Amino acid sequence: HGPYQPHEPGYGLDQPGYNPYEDEIPDPQARMLAIKNAKAYLLKTSTKSGLNLYDHFANILTKILDEQPTNTVDIIENISKDVKWAQFRKKMDTLRDEHLIPPTFEAAEKCKALFVKEGGDEEREELEEEMPSLPNVMETAFYFEQAGIGLNKDESYYIFLALKNLINAQPIQTCRFWGKILGLEMNYIIAEVQLREGEGEEEEETGEEGEATIAEGEKEMGEAEEEDEQKEKEAELPKSTYKPPPEIPKEANGTGTNKYVYFVCNEPGKPWVKLPAVTPAQIVCARKIKKFFTGRLDAPVVSFPPFPGNEANYLRAQIARISAGTQVSPTGFYQFADEEEEEEEGADSYEENPEFEPPPVAEMVESLATWAHHVKGILKQGRCVWINPQKLEENEEEDDEEEEEEEREEQEEERGLPLLTLISEDEGMKDIPAWTAQASTNLIPEYSIAILQSNRWPGAYAFASGRKFENIYFGWGHKYSLESHAPALPPPAQVEFPSGPGITETVDPTVEEEMAFKAAQEEALAEAEEGEDEEEEND
Amino acid sequence: MEALSLSAALALVAGGGAGLSPERRAALAVSLPLVQRDYRFERVWFWGCIQGVRGAYYIAEGLGPDRTGPRSRLYSLNCLDWSLLTPATKEMLALAEQVKGRFQGDPSFEYNLAEINAEAAARLIESGKEPVMKEEARLTATIEQIDRAVGIVPRGAFVKTPLGSVHENRHFEGLSLVEAKKLSSYFHFTEPVNLKNKTLLEKADLDPSTDFLDSLEHDIPRESWSIQLEKGGTVVVLRSLLWLGLTFYHVPMTKQFGYVYFGTGEKNLDLPFML
Repeated sequence: HGPYQPHEPGYGLDQPGYNPYEDEIPDPQARMLAIKNAKAYLLKTSTKSGLNLYDHFANILTKILDEQPTNTVDIIENISKDVKWAQFRKKMDTLRDEHLIPPTFEAAEKCKALFVKEGGDEEREELEEEMPSLPNVMETAFYFEQAGIGLNKDESYYIFLALKNLINAQPIQTCRFWGKILGLEMNYIIAEVQLREGEGEEEEETGEEGEATIAEGEKEMGEAEEEDEQKEKEAELPKSTYKPPPEIPKEANGTGTNKYVYFVCNEPGKPWVKLPAVTPAQIVCARKIKKFFTGRLDAPVVSFPPFPGNEANYLRAQIARISAGTQVSPTGFYQFADEEEEEEEGADSYEENPEFEPPPVAEMVESLATWAHHVKGILKQGRCVWINPQKLEENEEEDDEEEEEEEREEQEEERGLPLLTLISEDEGMKDIPAWTAQASTNLIPEYSIAILQSNRWPGAYAFASGRKFENIYFGWGHKYSLESHAPALPPPAQVEFPSGPGITETVDPTVEEEMAFKAAQEEALAEAEEGEDEEEEND
Repeated sequence: MEALSLSAALALVAGGGAGLSPERRAALAVSLPLVQRDYRFERVWFWGCIQGVRGAYYIAEGLGPDRTGPRSRLYSLNCLDWSLLTPATKEMLALAEQVKGRFQGDPSFEYNLAEINAEAAARLIESGKEPVMKEEARLTATIEQIDRAVGIVPRGAFVKTPLGSVHENRHFEGLSLVEAKKLSSYFHFTEPVNLKNKTLLEKADLDPSTDFLDSLEHDIPRESWSIQLEKGGTVVVLRSLLWLGLTFYHVPMTKQFGYVYFGTGEKNLDLPFML
């Protein structure tokens, strides 16, 4: 047998005087004393923390034996630290902590409220009347999940219930889950809605009332101005002849960019807020800026060029742009109501084609000509239907001179693409096509669906499977651009009036200079007269 | 995210709308354990998915015993067959930063370097190679950049042993709700850059076993992270604004955390204008 290692039994037996049964101190009294001393030392209370090692070890060993972690020796220091922490918390019991209600429970209550079914038997009678169509959000979510797109099933269901609440609360004709836009502090869940006819006009009435009050205000202002003018007839400052270009009016509710009304909420369970209609000025400005959404609708949008509105307006403008750029449907699914309308620009309405036969999925994936936009594109002006700004001027300012009208450049009439254009006409960026089409699965082709991803608006997706199709958006709400965003530079400083001899300041001539000038003039006159006299004499 | 807890993790990250189809999930559940077996990794993380124009790359990372050591990265086009990527060299990283535009989706696609960086192209021509950069190289460089810039872990989740190697802290019980809302409770899981610049006073408060990495509060720009509590505070989700698509999740008071990338693989250089 070789030398024994410490872990083997029998280690040390061959050493003289080291008998396992002989390691006890021979004198039992001395041993008891040693033990008592050791224990007393362990029981000594620390001056700093008031703990003692004996109790601490007892607690550690109790904890270890209760929990039985593996490889305890590696984490023994952490266990010791935790036991000490636990000790401290107990000592502060005289001051009770406020029972903090974590936000978890509040949110859970709100979500629970979604599940409550309102009303009772009365509802069933009403259901037979015009029932606004609640979109089957779960079915859509299932199809998008085949492509790997979509929210958690729970969240989809909450959105489903929230949409139902929205339909019950507002007079809605059709409703669709448009998508989700992410923000810095909170996200937006967006529903695209068409209000029942007659309901959206409330806004217009208030608008008119507002205009009436504004007109009254202007009249008062006019009177005040006249008074001021009379007082200041002597020292009138030159008034600027600059007239800003007329504001391009927004499109009426139900047409063009304002065809749909959008409701947003931060989370399902929170109340839905209606977004205001979008104006062309907002769309034009939204094209020039790129800002993250914060999640609060009243947050200001600080940018250059300054955005006319707050985050609610910016959100609405981006939604309009995304819808115009990426809402697609299989070609032929929608057709124009009358064939004559195809040529006119005002073709806004389309209807489902009852004779539509869906092409097979493989064809939908291969050729982009099988998809078509069903939302009108937005022109540079910011509207779907071009309006001549000169005509606006004529209506407003009939008394002005005609010269001003001629000075303005004639703006060319903008023509956008007609309504149901195929998406194969969409331009790509450099060598990136505007759309990427894929089948959801190659392994099981008979049940695969066609998926479209937009490359111009990353986050916009569309799927088609037979007669079913849907569009959705999940993203940050910005367009993709190859070059980095270059914000508009501020306009150059205004040039000062060119200085010429007419307005340059010079020193007034002194009396001597004037006299000298006068003398010189008289001399010149006299010379001229003499010259004439000489000529007369010569004749 | 850990390959083993993939489905639960994907459910928590789905708030951004990106996820995996059931086919891909099933394929991952099958292929990642095989990858672990073949390459003898201790841990396999599903890193995420980079969308190319014509296809997508699915990326997995394998870690050895030292979690901060060099990681092996694998990519796959269908979540079943994985190919190992060569580690990124400094030149590749420098070149990849200059390549702009989307990934094509084809690993053998070649970027013409003459357009991007004439010097590098000239160098390559001199050494006898073609002045191109393969998409595979760009892929691995991009993954490395993303990991270095925005790969994060909660404080206390990893512990440094006296020998220098780093592994999971088995005693980590999760951040509390208050801590989870602070940026300083999260660390970049990469070589620390800012630690040495801290003042002595700050260093005294640090615990060398857990605070050996850079925390997020010194990131520039300061607000390049969006912290949100989802589901009423049950999950805290951090989204990077610099690399749009990177999502980190953590369930407070539990051990669950992880990050995943679903995006186009492009840096958001417009960030300062967008805040």
